[in-house]
Amino acid sequence: MPPLAVNLAYIAAAVLFVLGLKMLGSPATARRGNALSAGGMLIAVVATLLSEGIVEWHWIAISALAGALVGALASRLVAMTAMPEMVALFNGSGGIASLLVGWAALFGSGEAGAFTAATVLLSVAIGGLTFTGSLVAWGKLAEALPSGALLFPGQRFLNGALLAALAVCAMLFMLDPAPDSPYFIAVLAIAGLLGVMAVVPIGGADMPVVISLLNSYSGLAACAAGFAINNNVLIVSGSLVGAAGIILTNIMCKAMNRSLANVLFSGFGAGKAGAQVEGEVKPIDADDAALILEAASAVAFVPGYGMAVAQAQHVVQELGELLEENGAEVTYAIHPVAGRMPGHMNVLLAEANVPYDQLVEMEDVNPRMAAIDVAVVIGANDVVNPSARNDEGSPIYGMPIIDVDQARTVFVLKRSMASGFAGVDNPLFFGDNVRMLFGDAKASIASVIASLKG
Amino acid sequence: MELVPVYLAFILVLSIFLGFELIAKVPATLHTPLMSGANAISGITVVGALLAAGTGGPAWMATLLGSAAVFFATLNVVGGYLVTDRMLGMFRRRQPPPKPD
Repeated sequence: MPPLAVNLAYIAAAVLFVLGLKMLGSPATARRGNALSAGGMLIAVVATLLSEGIVEWHWIAISALAGALVGALASRLVAMTAMPEMVALFNGSGGIASLLVGWAALFGSGEAGAFTAATVLLSVAIGGLTFTGSLVAWGKLAEALPSGALLFPGQRFLNGALLAALAVCAMLFMLDPAPDSPYFIAVLAIAGLLGVMAVVPIGGADMPVVISLLNSYSGLAACAAGFAINNNVLIVSGSLVGAAGIILTNIMCKAMNRSLANVLFSGFGAGKAGAQVEGEVKPIDADDAALILEAASAVAFVPGYGMAVAQAQHVVQELGELLEENGAEVTYAIHPVAGRMPGHMNVLLAEANVPYDQLVEMEDVNPRMAAIDVAVVIGANDVVNPSARNDEGSPIYGMPIIDVDQARTVFVLKRSMASGFAGVDNPLFFGDNVRMLFGDAKASIASVIASLKG
Repeated sequence: MELVPVYLAFILVLSIFLGFELIAKVPATLHTPLMSGANAISGITVVGALLAAGTGGPAWMATLLGSAAVFFATLNVVGGYLVTDRMLGMFRRRQPPPKPD
């Protein structure tokens, strides 16, 4: 295929990516949009394989087959509850692929010019950071690493020093951009280290921000690789993804009322505590909870990460359906940062067959909270903590929350009386209208269902 | 000064604006599929990987790095699209209530 035809195919691919992303914006068209975007990818790949530049086949065939096999297996086998880890790993593989493409560009024909050298450095730095950052994020999500925020003295100084070293090595490499330059290897190593350092101080509850930021980086890395090899379709697609990731990151930060800088650097949740609230919690058992739910005409479920941990989404759906048959109006109120990645709860509930029109966003449920008879909080803590509204000393003050305390009755499902992830004591638990249902969320709901049926 | 970098930067800037416009109105329900679908698109780097692995020049390092890149990028593309499709297949609308006779 002559270069002109290849580039025309790239335009077609870019158009399909744009249309695909647009259709991903509505539940009715999202699946077709994804297929369209995959079609664009196929066109781009086939056009590249047919281009005049490709003369050597067997390495491509072996690597592509292996990659496709691993990717297909992973996507089929992964449990929906493990989706944050999966997304982190996919981000990481995108990052390292861009790093390798940038690196390989150094071995092209002749001496690399200043522009190529600079863009190779960018793709290696962003790609490397994305790769190691995603691995650490994966480790935290899979709890292979401690999921809390890790802070140590001199952390900022160390990060600053690493950044400075990166800049110096990059400049030294630019003076003589040879493929075997030791400064290049240094840039590679420092970028990898920076990725680790960037994610280590971020606690589990802030993971939605990190995941969407790494998503953005994986796009930017592809974009930088596009500059390194002068390829339009990489630049267009990479920057679309970069922009998408930045928007999601911004939505997540707004949902916590914090700046990106605060999320990335403050080590939120490491040893901070808000005002201790004194009070007595009022427990309830499954039978009494069932009686109250049976009489309710409007019920809102408010899920959090605890629902994912307990794998309770299926019993929650069963209870919801039971209450609907009983004549109640059932909704699922979802906070934007509930869980460990953007949209985490929505995916879990969709897996459990909850129709998406029953999922309501925070801004839509809050105005009608007073009309809700029972709000059932399942493994959520910070996102329903009234301190965010009332207590200026609280670390989460100012964060928009789901105002469950304004519902007529609130059930809080909780494993035990430990404080939530951010180490914030939650005055919600002491409210007059609040009853605690202690135990594993899945088991608790199952016994409520048994009691309703019995 | 040659103009190629400027043209590439031109494309970059416009694409970023386009990306912002496209994504700004996605409902929260679709945040995860959007993210994994976008991630699959970032696997476009597979194009660069193929070019690096397939040039067949004397630089065996380029072939080696390119082949490794093909592996990771293909994993990213295939896995990303399939997992997004799997998630989206689970999203369904409420069934309309059965019509009374």
